Amino acid sequence: MPPPISAAEIADEALVEGSSLWKDAWSRLRKNRLAVGSLFTFIFIVLFCIVGPWISPWEANTQDLFLGATGPSAQHWFGTDTLGRDLMVRVMYGGRISLLVGLVATLVALSIGVIYGATAGYVGGRTDSAMMRFVDLLYAIPFTIFVILLMVAFGRSLWLMFVAIGAVEWLSMARIVRSGVIGLKKQEFVEAAVSLGYSHRRIILRHLIPNVLGPVIVIATLTVPAVMLLEAFLSFLGLGVQPPDASWGVLINEGQQNMEIYPWLLIWPAAFFATTLFCLNFIGDGLRDALDPKSAKD
Amino acid sequence: MLKFVIARLLQGILVLLAIYAVTFFLVAATPGSPFSTERAIAPEILAQIEAFYGYDKPTSERFFTSLTNVLQGEFGPSAVYANRTVTQIIAESFPVSLLLGSLALLVALGIGIPAGILAAVKRNTWLDYIPMSVSMAGICLPTFVMGPLLALLFGLILNWLPVGGWFGPEFWILPTATLGLYYAAYFARLTRGGMLEMLNQDFVRTARAKGVPETTIVLKHCLKGGLIPAITFLGPALAGIISGSFVVETIFQVPGLGQWFVRAALNRDDFLVLGLTVLFATLIVIMNLLVDIAQVALNPRLKYD
Repeated sequence: MPPPISAAEIADEALVEGSSLWKDAWSRLRKNRLAVGSLFTFIFIVLFCIVGPWISPWEANTQDLFLGATGPSAQHWFGTDTLGRDLMVRVMYGGRISLLVGLVATLVALSIGVIYGATAGYVGGRTDSAMMRFVDLLYAIPFTIFVILLMVAFGRSLWLMFVAIGAVEWLSMARIVRSGVIGLKKQEFVEAAVSLGYSHRRIILRHLIPNVLGPVIVIATLTVPAVMLLEAFLSFLGLGVQPPDASWGVLINEGQQNMEIYPWLLIWPAAFFATTLFCLNFIGDGLRDALDPKSAKD
Repeated sequence: MLKFVIARLLQGILVLLAIYAVTFFLVAATPGSPFSTERAIAPEILAQIEAFYGYDKPTSERFFTSLTNVLQGEFGPSAVYANRTVTQIIAESFPVSLLLGSLALLVALGIGIPAGILAAVKRNTWLDYIPMSVSMAGICLPTFVMGPLLALLFGLILNWLPVGGWFGPEFWILPTATLGLYYAAYFARLTRGGMLEMLNQDFVRTARAKGVPETTIVLKHCLKGGLIPAITFLGPALAGIISGSFVVETIFQVPGLGQWFVRAALNRDDFLVLGLTVLFATLIVIMNLLVDIAQVALNPRLKYD
């Protein structure tokens, strides 16, 4: 489930092909203590959210109205909410949904952005400038407004949210892939592929896209927190995940409503959410420095 | 330059028209009707209400009527709040949102840009590390986390500031800080990056070798170019401040437009949603236009394409 694993898998594949780029990147990444620490913290949070509910004796949606909201105790380590539900299990379940949204919506954005950008860069000429002009126009549009209207218009389902968020976040991905492909397409291996009579589709998918994976992984890692932010924003406004299901955005909203009397209801989910964003941003920065050492350190 | 401005202006108008069309059809596709209430209404009366608001006509016809009306500055009545027009609601609430947004932008620029310059000049010292770690923390605390936390700390625990309402300057502080600090963090990082790039240029080395004082190098030679990334971010920052106001105005009970937007979307108050979207989109398009012009003015190498 965690995105960095997919990065590692890709790295392994590339290693088999005899490239040393990934090896170099890995050794550079290991020296970046901040990124490594973030990676471990992130993995810990992911495991906590996935494994936690199986171990915990409490259920996320079982209410105990006689108990009500209680502070952290030996039984309920994070305390309970106003309906007597164990907050720790709810934070775990909320984390599952938030992380799932982050992963799936990023994959949606990744697919759109990579294919769009690679096509624009490969075809070039007028098609390219028209396609990129369109991206420029989309950049100027206030998207959160549309996502809000979309969620109102077509019901608040999780799947719609994946698509809506993914459809918003692909723009930078497309730009980066395009500029990478433009740099690559004049090189000999592409010429060789063309002279072997391979189809355009095959050249784009098998020859060009694998070569821009580095920057794509970096931007994907940085898209995950952006996506999670948008999901939490929608859930906070009551337009995302619907109760009794929880995401971190929902829990922060619930906590915010009760914070005068029960501040821990706000503090726990907020801490998990902020820490996750913090880690993902540092992992992304670290990956950028590792995969592209030439780029300035900020 | 004039040609460039006109081209961008036309493009902006095109974007606005597209936004209007998409919003209109999205709103029209929303299930339910703005006139459904919990009480049962006689079908004849409902038909009359719908005829009054023009809802008896097909969607495409309504689109062109509403577009002509909006072009004439006529946003129509609020479908849910009887006897109030969209223009009235905007006139009432917009000044509040404008004040909140401007103060937030001021906080964002006033803290972010100096912090970024300082961090770049004092690179790899604690004057760099501390602001940059704080700004990273700021980026990970979005408005809907920062707002409640600030309210909890300064309002409820320390009891220094009021946490709700909009009655005077002391009420402005927490909403402004919530909205502004998040973007201050972004501006600080962008300014630092831009300034570092400029400070590593050859002409800076030449200037230093000639003995130009460091302040002159930073403020006169590098600032213009170093601010470009931050200026580029102004457009997205304004869009973010607008959507952030949806959250902040709810948390702190500020009687501004942001609160209205989400409520209008949920209540299917079609005219109000359209009016507010047009207003927000116009603001963002104007900001993007200004940013484009400023960019060309700051960096003459950018061709006016």
